[in-house]
Amino acid sequence: MIRLTDVAKEYPRSGVALAQISFEVKKGEFVYLTGPSGSGKTTILRLLYMDDKPSQGEVWINGVSSKNATGREISRLRRRLGIVFQDFRLLEDRSAEANVRFALEVTGAPKATIRAKVTRVLTQVGLASKATSFPRELSGGEQQRVAIARALINDPFVLIADEPTGNLDERATRSVFQLLRDINSSGTAVIMATHDLDLVRRSNYRTIELNHGRVVFDSSESPASERPIEEPWEVRETPPDSTEQI
Amino acid sequence: MRSAREALTASRRAPLLSALGIVTIAFSLFAFGLFGLVAINIRKALDEVEERVEVRAFLSDSADIEAVAAAMKDIGDFPEVLRIDYVSKEKALERARKEMGEFADVFEAGVLPASIEVHLRPGMRSPSSVRSVADRMKTYSFIDDVRYGEEWVEKLYRLRNIATVAGIALGVAFAAVAIIIIGATIRMTVLARAKEISIMRLVGATDMFIRLPFLIDGLVKGVLGGLLALVFVWVANRVVNEYFMQTIFFDRQLIFLGVVGGAVMGVLGSLFSVGRHLRRI
Ligand SMILES: Nc1ncnc2c1ncn2[C@@H]1O[C@H](COP(=O)(O)OP(=O)(O)O)[C@@H](O)[C@H]1O
Ligand SMILES: [Mg+2]
Repeated sequence: MIRLTDVAKEYPRSGVALAQISFEVKKGEFVYLTGPSGSGKTTILRLLYMDDKPSQGEVWINGVSSKNATGREISRLRRRLGIVFQDFRLLEDRSAEANVRFALEVTGAPKATIRAKVTRVLTQVGLASKATSFPRELSGGEQQRVAIARALINDPFVLIADEPTGNLDERATRSVFQLLRDINSSGTAVIMATHDLDLVRRSNYRTIELNHGRVVFDSSESPASERPIEEPWEVRETPPDSTEQI
Repeated sequence: MRSAREALTASRRAPLLSALGIVTIAFSLFAFGLFGLVAINIRKALDEVEERVEVRAFLSDSADIEAVAAAMKDIGDFPEVLRIDYVSKEKALERARKEMGEFADVFEAGVLPASIEVHLRPGMRSPSSVRSVADRMKTYSFIDDVRYGEEWVEKLYRLRNIATVAGIALGVAFAAVAIIIIGATIRMTVLARAKEISIMRLVGATDMFIRLPFLIDGLVKGVLGGLLALVFVWVANRVVNEYFMQTIFFDRQLIFLGVVGGAVMGVLGSLFSVGRHLRRI
């Protein structure tokens, strides 16, 4: 379903962001993408939704190849993806409901089905009662759940989340993690980049760890005991990579 | 439908910017329209002057009346010829007396030769076709001399050519300005809606779908700017008519063409700026 083959990404100014990345994600799988900041998590996710192309290697996702995807194919692919960010990316001038509806309207979905779908996903994320609230009237956790509802509206086969809890307090973080697990248990694959190692460690999901643009650990390939858990994570997280300061 | 609504929503959200855009377009087209008005009035004046272009052939005294009549029929069949008249000696004298007024007595009967006057069809009055008609007329033995004011005809044509070239050059320059202005106002809307556009991209809206509201926006602004410019030009024309001189206004086709021109400029402006800026969002 998703396959990266020897992918490398190089940026003109900041140099190598990813090197020799190869992994596969199966249907319905849950994958944590971890690693210190600047290690390449966001870059991998952007390659997945074809916001950018690899400098080398190939990204395959749902039958679309990074080597020859046309603009139209990319648009069609994204209608089958759900994408969520740390900063929510909601439109401030519209209600929760309107934000969710927006994703359907701009892809030319038939009008008749829109209303029912919006109600369904808002209920799924537990926000049916806040449908008419504007983003500024919602807490961070609620805003992120609106963003997740928007990502779910097209029944995605995979939900791509880039540090979705990065701006949230502990309680909201836990509830978003739980929500993503629920979504996954109903069959949607989830690929989530995160810093929140406590919660990652406590779960049994597959974890891919990056460092300096390389995969240094993939729990689907090594037994859990080989995980470099001894190293203090905090040290690798801070200070951030010098390249990031450019 | 949705695109049209989107375009209107965008304009409602930035009413000042949109109004500014339309007014600047109107001013560009106004300048264009004023020049056009001057051009059509020059053209009309030229047409009037041109109607008097004629070729006059003076007949020798010994000319045989029947031969002249046959020649007139031949000449009347030239494709360039609109009308042909015979001016007898008597008539020439009468005309001269009328024109000269108090000096009329200078002329005596028989001093002025008889002539034939040839009027050319519109579109056949260029220097080359006038010359060619004159040359063919000279071949008749009883025609002494042919006059058609070569220099005058040529000057008239040079003036019109200069007016046409200047009109096209200025028109193109003004159109370019209008396109750039529309492009700039639409670019501002694109930037103001950058977040919306990036979300549309993310959820899988096609480029055409994203672009359409901006194209409609440009189209509407172009048409509104065109109509506003039309009002300005109409008022200017009325003022000139009231206080300075009689002028003609654009006919329906030209008005339609001007508004369509505004629409085309609006669409072109938004195509250029949206194409470039969407890539970067
Ligand atoms: N658009 C970009 N242009 C240039 N360099 C970039 C860009 N995006 C990311 N990078 C660089 O690529 C590396 C990986 O960044 P990123 O994928 O954002 O890491 P993470 O999400 O793990 O923090 C960093 O060194 C960063 O500076
Ligand atoms: Mg990141």
